[in-house]
Amino acid sequence: RHDVNMAFPVVRASAGILRHHGLLALTGTNTASVRQCSVAHTLQVRENINKKRREALLGGGHKRIDAQHSKIMDQAMLVGAPVIGLNDSGGARIQEGVESLAGYADIFQRNVMASGVIPQISLIMGPCAGGAVYSPALTDFTFMVEDSSYLFITGPDVVKAVTNEDVTQEELGGARTHTTLSGVAHKAFRNDIHALLNLRTFMGYLPQNNQEPSPIRQCDDPWDRDVPGLDTVVPLESTAAYNMLDVVESIVDEGDFFEIMPNYAKNIIVGFARMNGRTIGIIGNQPKSAAGCLDINSSVKGARFVRFCDAFNIPLVTFVDVPGFLPGTAQEYGGIIRHGAKLLFAFAEATVPKITIITRKAYGGAYDVMSSKHLRGDMNYAWPTAEVAVMGAKGAVSILYRGKSNVAQIEKEYMEKFGNPFPAAVRGFVDDIIEPRTTRSRICQDLDKLSSKKLSNPWKKHANIPL
Amino acid sequence: MSVNMAAVVVVRARRCSPSIKTLLHTYRNGHKSRHVLGARFCSIYTTDPIDPKEATFEKIMIANRGEIACRVIKTAKKMGIKTVSIHSDVDSNAPHVKLADEAICVGTAQARDSYLRMDRILEAIKLTGAQAVHPGYGFLSENAEFVQKLEDLGVSFIGPNANAITGMGDKLESKRLAMEAGVNTIPGFDGIVKDAEDCVRISRDVGYPVMIKASAGGGGKGMRIAWNDEEAREGFKLSSQEAASSFGDDRILVEKFVDNPRHIEIQVLGDKHGNAIYLNERECSIQRRNQKVIEEAPSVFLDEGTRKAMGKQAVALAKRIGYSSAGTVEFLVDSQRNFYFLEMNTRLQVEHPITECITGVDLVHQMIRVAKGHPLRIQQSDITIRGWAIESRVYAEDPFKNFGLPSIGRLSKYQEPLHLPKVRCDSGVEEGSNISIYYDPMICKLVCYGSSREEAIENSIKALDAYVIRGVTHNIPLLRDILTEARFVSGDISTNYLPEVYPDGFKGKQLTSQEQINLTAMLASVHLKNTLRSRNFVNQSRVKGSSKLPTVCNLIIKYGDKEVPCSVKVDDGNFKVTVNGATVTVNDQFDLASPLIEANINGTWETVQLIKLGPAGEIRIRYRGTAFQCQVVSQEVHRYFSLIPEKPKVDQSKQVLSPMPGLVKSIACGPGDMVAEGQEVCVIEAMKMQNSLSAATSGKVVAVHVKEGDTVEEEQILVELE
Repeated sequence: RHDVNMAFPVVRASAGILRHHGLLALTGTNTASVRQCSVAHTLQVRENINKKRREALLGGGHKRIDAQHSKIMDQAMLVGAPVIGLNDSGGARIQEGVESLAGYADIFQRNVMASGVIPQISLIMGPCAGGAVYSPALTDFTFMVEDSSYLFITGPDVVKAVTNEDVTQEELGGARTHTTLSGVAHKAFRNDIHALLNLRTFMGYLPQNNQEPSPIRQCDDPWDRDVPGLDTVVPLESTAAYNMLDVVESIVDEGDFFEIMPNYAKNIIVGFARMNGRTIGIIGNQPKSAAGCLDINSSVKGARFVRFCDAFNIPLVTFVDVPGFLPGTAQEYGGIIRHGAKLLFAFAEATVPKITIITRKAYGGAYDVMSSKHLRGDMNYAWPTAEVAVMGAKGAVSILYRGKSNVAQIEKEYMEKFGNPFPAAVRGFVDDIIEPRTTRSRICQDLDKLSSKKLSNPWKKHANIPL
Repeated sequence: MSVNMAAVVVVRARRCSPSIKTLLHTYRNGHKSRHVLGARFCSIYTTDPIDPKEATFEKIMIANRGEIACRVIKTAKKMGIKTVSIHSDVDSNAPHVKLADEAICVGTAQARDSYLRMDRILEAIKLTGAQAVHPGYGFLSENAEFVQKLEDLGVSFIGPNANAITGMGDKLESKRLAMEAGVNTIPGFDGIVKDAEDCVRISRDVGYPVMIKASAGGGGKGMRIAWNDEEAREGFKLSSQEAASSFGDDRILVEKFVDNPRHIEIQVLGDKHGNAIYLNERECSIQRRNQKVIEEAPSVFLDEGTRKAMGKQAVALAKRIGYSSAGTVEFLVDSQRNFYFLEMNTRLQVEHPITECITGVDLVHQMIRVAKGHPLRIQQSDITIRGWAIESRVYAEDPFKNFGLPSIGRLSKYQEPLHLPKVRCDSGVEEGSNISIYYDPMICKLVCYGSSREEAIENSIKALDAYVIRGVTHNIPLLRDILTEARFVSGDISTNYLPEVYPDGFKGKQLTSQEQINLTAMLASVHLKNTLRSRNFVNQSRVKGSSKLPTVCNLIIKYGDKEVPCSVKVDDGNFKVTVNGATVTVNDQFDLASPLIEANINGTWETVQLIKLGPAGEIRIRYRGTAFQCQVVSQEVHRYFSLIPEKPKVDQSKQVLSPMPGLVKSIACGPGDMVAEGQEVCVIEAMKMQNSLSAATSGKVVAVHVKEGDTVEEEQILVELE
């Protein structure tokens, strides 16, 4: 029925059991085969579910299972194939004592070693508690199944006993909680099969490992396609919102955008798409949500995505419309300085091709952060609607001209002077002011040119990102 | 944007230095040719073509927006007249602004703050020195006060005189004038209805069914049919509210409702020298909620005698009121070809292009000429019927709900079928335009013509299939279905056509078994093509080894409630699909990125639109007008799906959801109230239409989530019951 590859028997043998005990690793010689494995394996899971769960309850051979995990991960590292974990685990078995803890740690260690070498994806397909939640947390992406998967350190019973807090499993660690509130999971899917099919599509965006370039799929969408709708997408009113997803989806191949964390920190958009067949990572401020400002959550969300793309040779395309960092005590007490620095660090550190389009506002420190020219941006473009300045007219005038009566007049002058892309363009901080409709062809051309980009950071044991 | 007079006259660019203005100007206006109606457009105007030597205005203003503003500008340009557009702040980037030589912002989004602001429009006229104003339709087109003010200013109104507008604008007065001119009229009560009870009493006198309508009304707004006392009461309430909000005049009248009539109208054209001619009829019977959907010219129903009789009466009325522009006399025609005067529209009608197509007369050109004072050069004898024309009104609305409830959104992709012959698109939008709640939801008037009705229908179908609109829900499924429906094709239509043909509402295209096979074959081919592509990377660095690409796929295709098994394989540049024992060949020449796919299915060409390929085998495809949400999965995956337990559905009968985006007009209940099934809980207004929402079950109101004046989204929960 399916073409069988070398990894297939491994999956077959272990799939049923592994599903209950934390991690399942899939290795394959190419992504296509990985995709086949995932669905073939579910069949096994479905049929064996009761039998294996009984076996698991009776307590048989966990050491062996842990060893098997480790073996698969080692193999994956050896051949440079992605690892996908299908997680459904209640945590450490108390009666096994320290041995089960050791088993977890072995897996954690391998997760960490594999991080940045091969893509690691976790799909949470059932309740995961205790130690079992840390392996997903160490992987690159965590996906969940709605209504049937949970992630928490301790379940509702323990919560009740310790803090006297009444909470349901779903509220504590359901897919909704983790994809909207905590940001632990990156996306949730309707059911198991839907999740696996999505995972299969998702894998198509990723390279096999950090040595390989981002994959290029055959592309029917003309690389030089004009997008006339972009000429009017930015409203004339500088304070009016628009949907950055409209911009992204109209530019990328066939409008296919695999968004990561679509419901968490919505003021920044991150996700994968293709340009002329080549996988790219997209980061964009979303003016529709909190005016597209950067806050703690969006900085962290963006930073982690940028670092993933950088680790796996996926070029970054950044769409900028940012009024600045969100001010206020909540943000300052929460440490916006150190969290905002993560995004800054990630962009500055990245050596993959970096293309930036300023669609409207690029104010203050947030301008610097959003993949600016100064952070080794390769191509930085501005639309004619761009405003690159230290701050908006209102704020600037109230500081510079405190107490003046003709505020409106001064604001207008300020806008004429700073509210446009020219000051940045004449200094070379913006490479070109482009017609929005040509954005797609510009990006495709640049990606072609930059495909041979070679840039490396000075040798170091590892950088010290402000965690 | 600032709305005070000093700041009103900001032309297009805001807050910009001169150099940027130039830049903005270049990039916004560099592609004008994209939305010109097409070079063919001029070729249809063969009767009395534009004479470049004839004296005309130097500059005119178009006091309108959207497609009609674009339409007028195009003719004005051909006549060598400079044009001025007005616009609201949200329309600053609209095509009618870009097309015009000058554009002036006259206020904010709400029509009453911009397109209806006479003072600002007059100011703009003074500022730009426009010599005449074309009002288009709607807005100020039938406002006698506006005409009077223009006259005081010494500016020509490209339309009839104020007296004609006043006379015809009031239903009671127009009926009297029509009777005087010897025009047949409908029996009814000619007086103003005082209140709901009065309405019931009068309705009983006239005899049910009755039509309750706004005296100042038009365009189907503020019009309701009542079959009994209760409906008369309800109708009075809603009509008078709508009339008040649309026209600022809540006077209501009642007349006998002619059951199962056809709506046929006569285009007339008069000048200031007492000449008037008629340009044949338009059949506008396909309507929903008294708003036209499909119009055609000529009508299949009229014989030469009736046409002449109606034309004569229309001309008599035009002459009686000294009508000196293009206008339309609407008639109801019953099955015996008795015709009754309905009203006269003293403006250029929405559906004027079909008359232009069959007569070769450019009505806007004629309007401008006669406004300048030229006599008509066309004689009645010059007007013939040349072929057939059909106009399909493409609206941003959901045809599955009550034949069309307004929808809004951004046209993320927009492509008119102008590459096809004998197609004319009158639109005022372009890719990227927003369809907002502030204005009419019409996207385009798709006018197709041909030498016969059959040809015009065929061209319309092709054009609808090739019309790409993404980002908003639109009514193409309904339009296309009507054009292929047996009763329409045979010409057996009336104003009750939609409820009669679709008694349970429009449910989308009902596929024949052959169509089902073709759709299945197309879906299977798309799926396999996509599967093959996604497994074949261009820069794959590893040897594929034993991993072979699949050549045969056994699939299950789901759409609607159907599950069709099929198998597909690649065979010499074709996909061979076996479904229900039949084998269908689909040529592998299509690509997955184009919005339009010309597919060769078993040797015949079909236009389908691939809207979206989802990550889990979802395919959204537009086939024969209707968009089908399908899922294509392998047989194994389908089996796994069947093992997944269904999730319980949320009971929505306890919630009142907004059927469309709009404004909350009124709320009839509060938390704690008991409501009965069918009781009105609130009224939502969108695009000037009021929609009464009622409770689906009896119960106690737990929460009201909105307040009067709120803007609501589609599917937003308004009221929750216990």
